[in-house]
Amino acid sequence: MASTACFVIVSKNDIPIYEAEVGSAPKKEDLAHQHQFILHAALDVVQDLAWTTNAMFLRSVDRFSDLVVSVYDSVVHTRFMLLHDPRSDDGIKSFFQEVHELYIKIFLNPLYLPGSRITSSHFDTKVRALARKYL
Amino acid sequence: MIGVGKAKQYANVLDKPLSRGRQEVSLSAFAFLFSELVQYNQTQVDNIAELERRLEDAGYAVGARVLELLCHREKGNRRETRLLGILSFIHSTVWKVLFGKVADSLEKGTEHEDEYMISEKELLVNRFISVPKDMGAFNCGAFVAGIVKGVLDNAGFPAVVTAHFVPIEGQQRPRTTILIKFAEEVKQVCIV
Repeated sequence: MASTACFVIVSKNDIPIYEAEVGSAPKKEDLAHQHQFILHAALDVVQDLAWTTNAMFLRSVDRFSDLVVSVYDSVVHTRFMLLHDPRSDDGIKSFFQEVHELYIKIFLNPLYLPGSRITSSHFDTKVRALARKYL
Repeated sequence: MIGVGKAKQYANVLDKPLSRGRQEVSLSAFAFLFSELVQYNQTQVDNIAELERRLEDAGYAVGARVLELLCHREKGNRRETRLLGILSFIHSTVWKVLFGKVADSLEKGTEHEDEYMISEKELLVNRFISVPKDMGAFNCGAFVAGIVKGVLDNAGFPAVVTAHFVPIEGQQRPRTTILIKFAEEVKQVCIV
């Protein structure tokens, strides 16, 4: 079953530091641009929502036609955003938690400048593997 | 059994588990490393203010990472949205993990609404350091002030953090106070 899923990691200053199309649907160039636009538009909602709750998983914050935006906000306000078809929250929550752990390991690197792009191909491979597993 | 007791080798750091690892590091090793950090920065700058700023920047990087790691390990991924929450997190959890004990005290400033102070009888980083008279009020605790600033900034509570010596009667060495002054936006956004 083809599924759409666009995953973006946005730093505290609203700069995307990692993006990946992880759905199993065939990739189309214009759709990819539209996905990123939807995710960025959802950032405003996230900003307000983030201060209202102690939890990191903010569930679905925005809808666009038949797609849902789910967000996970880490302590340093790095947002993990996923654009996906409507589905149950559990798989998405586990996906976010595992990617969060990977992100912490990258972040702990003293030579990594917080807010800069994540260029590690190993990270990319692992994120896609996690997406296949949980999404 | 062959291989028992040998640590598993990981090809990439992303595969290594985020376990607690060894809790303790040699104090002498740290003291040497820190002394070298200060000496290196001393050769690079012309004045005291610049030296303090560099130590603060070094601490800032540590603070950001400590915040993310500790929230993952200790608090089971719950964030702090309140000012007092993040301050007590620094005062107990961060201090315990970095220095082996909670900070001596956390006080609210009397003159200004947005000032808080964390006091310590003797900062670990200052234990083996003596400051010559001609350097005036320089305090290597600027490194620790940087750590606190890193934690606060990254948690969303921007602040100016400085370290000061406070002479106490009856004690030979002065007490160190980390002074935290929050930025304007913190008063408006956050619930104290």
